[in-house]
Amino acid sequence: MVGVVTETRPTAKTRPARAATRVRNRDGWWAAFFLAPQVVGLLAFLVFPLGFAVVLAFMKWDGLGEKSWVGFDNFAAQLSDPDFGTAVWNTVKLAFLTVPVGLALALLIALALNHVRGKTFYRIVYFLPVITSSVAVAVMWQIILASGDYGVLNRTVYDWFGIVLPDWLEDPSWVVVAIAVVTIWSSLGLNVVIFLAGLQTIPPSLMEAARIDGAGPIRVFRSVTLPMISPTVFFSTVVAVISSFQAFDQIYVLVDPDHNDGARTIVYQVYDLGFKQFEFGMSSAAALILLALTLLVTLVQFGVQKRFVHYDS
Amino acid sequence: MAVTLRTLRAPGGADAPGTSGTPAPRRLGQVVLHVVLVAGGLVMLFPFVWMLLTSFKGTHQMLNAPLDWLPNPWRAQNYPDAFGALPFAQAYWNSFYIAILNVILTLVTSAMAAYAFARIRFRGSGLLFGLFLATQMVPAQVTIVPLYLMLSQLGWIDSHLALIVPGYVNPFAVFLLRQFIRAVPIELEEAARLDGAGRWTIFWRIVLPNVRPGMGALGIIVFLASWNSFFFPLIFLNSPELATVPLLVSQFAGQHGATDYGLTLAASAISVIPMMIAFLIGQRRILNSMAMSGLGGR
Repeated sequence: MVGVVTETRPTAKTRPARAATRVRNRDGWWAAFFLAPQVVGLLAFLVFPLGFAVVLAFMKWDGLGEKSWVGFDNFAAQLSDPDFGTAVWNTVKLAFLTVPVGLALALLIALALNHVRGKTFYRIVYFLPVITSSVAVAVMWQIILASGDYGVLNRTVYDWFGIVLPDWLEDPSWVVVAIAVVTIWSSLGLNVVIFLAGLQTIPPSLMEAARIDGAGPIRVFRSVTLPMISPTVFFSTVVAVISSFQAFDQIYVLVDPDHNDGARTIVYQVYDLGFKQFEFGMSSAAALILLALTLLVTLVQFGVQKRFVHYDS
Repeated sequence: MAVTLRTLRAPGGADAPGTSGTPAPRRLGQVVLHVVLVAGGLVMLFPFVWMLLTSFKGTHQMLNAPLDWLPNPWRAQNYPDAFGALPFAQAYWNSFYIAILNVILTLVTSAMAAYAFARIRFRGSGLLFGLFLATQMVPAQVTIVPLYLMLSQLGWIDSHLALIVPGYVNPFAVFLLRQFIRAVPIELEEAARLDGAGRWTIFWRIVLPNVRPGMGALGIIVFLASWNSFFFPLIFLNSPELATVPLLVSQFAGQHGATDYGLTLAASAISVIPMMIAFLIGQRRILNSMAMSGLGGR
């Protein structure tokens, strides 16, 4: 009797365990099946090209002739190239001009929308540029910002006030401002819609409680609204910085960075080196510096957010 | 007690008897807000209006001093001219079918991956998901040269395959759909399993129908991104008959921009108007999708 009991105990334990392992093994196959299309694509079209870019960055190659290893020469050449310096400076300037102003404007408009009737109408109007292709956006803004007879802004300001405005698209010191204005205009609606949705998730009871405690509108904004939507603002900031680092379309169509150094960004530099000069190694080196800059800035943002962003526990 | 409360609230209170509607300071606030929003709205609309107005002007009219705000005469000829100068119909079809294929391939494959991440326990799940999230940080321009070299090896340069095939890889879509799938009650899945349904049946018949709003939102986002994409078509396509709409408009602007603004703007308007109509029809869904994506699927 005792023997039987000691015999059956382990089997009783192992049977479900074995069954569970079998299920888990089968689960492994299912996981592989479900993941395969995206994972294979990710490896083939993202991870592999990324590794390839790292290799290329240490080579001199025009895509056809001989490849040769050049060590860190490409990076050194880029970092000492005044064109690349200009590109980094312009990229940083563009981010500093577009991100804070764009997000602050979006937040103000979202706050206003949160308190008025007719939200739907305004949301549509502010969102129109977002669904418009960047090429069409650039073409539209060309006839507003252009100098001479075609630019409606400078002509009108001169006709009405006698003031001569800068040549936005040709003057290297102003073109970044022009690009920033166009970028803010075209992305404003997206941030407004996102912030408005964020504002609408704040329970009204929270605001009510603050008001009953005697908080004025500014105090309510600082102590309730802002902390409650800070995760949304943070997310949008990260996205906005990354996309301002990658801005290309508007710049390419609006101005020709080849003739106007003020519009040369790192991304344009990558394009120029790779697809106009066929310096694949140089282009990859510039691209990796862009990646490093993106990672660095994002890491800093994630570090800083702990002090400002409020998450519900 | 009740009397005191009412008398305390009476001045300016919304429930005070005798005052109809909102109190004066609030009404004033509303007016100010509307004025500000309308002013902002005019800034948003002006470039579109100016594009349309200018597209009906002849070249000489743009040089008139003082500035002519309205076309005089209205010259619709720019539109047939723009249509005649470049293969717009072809470009529309190209953009449309590429966007549709992008949507279908992205939705199906990312929903599959999202399901695996949300509901199947396997070794390395967290690590692999981390990899997916990390690749979102990599700018497209970093991989563009190697991608170009790879695709040219495959013979896909100057072919739509270069836009369709790599385009379906979308870590953001996987992330977003995973959020949606995790919100589907697990009991539904367990009930189906007890009824003898396999993993695929559960995914296709139970999970997918329950994340339809998320799929719809994602479909719209992917469609818009594909339709408006410019960087990849610029680099991968050469032949005019393969061009997508934005590529065609940019080439047009490059050729005619400095010489004939009316024609260029007509071309640009032709590229914008259908999208705008689609947006006005589906605005509620589109705006909600965009808001949802910005909140990370919450």
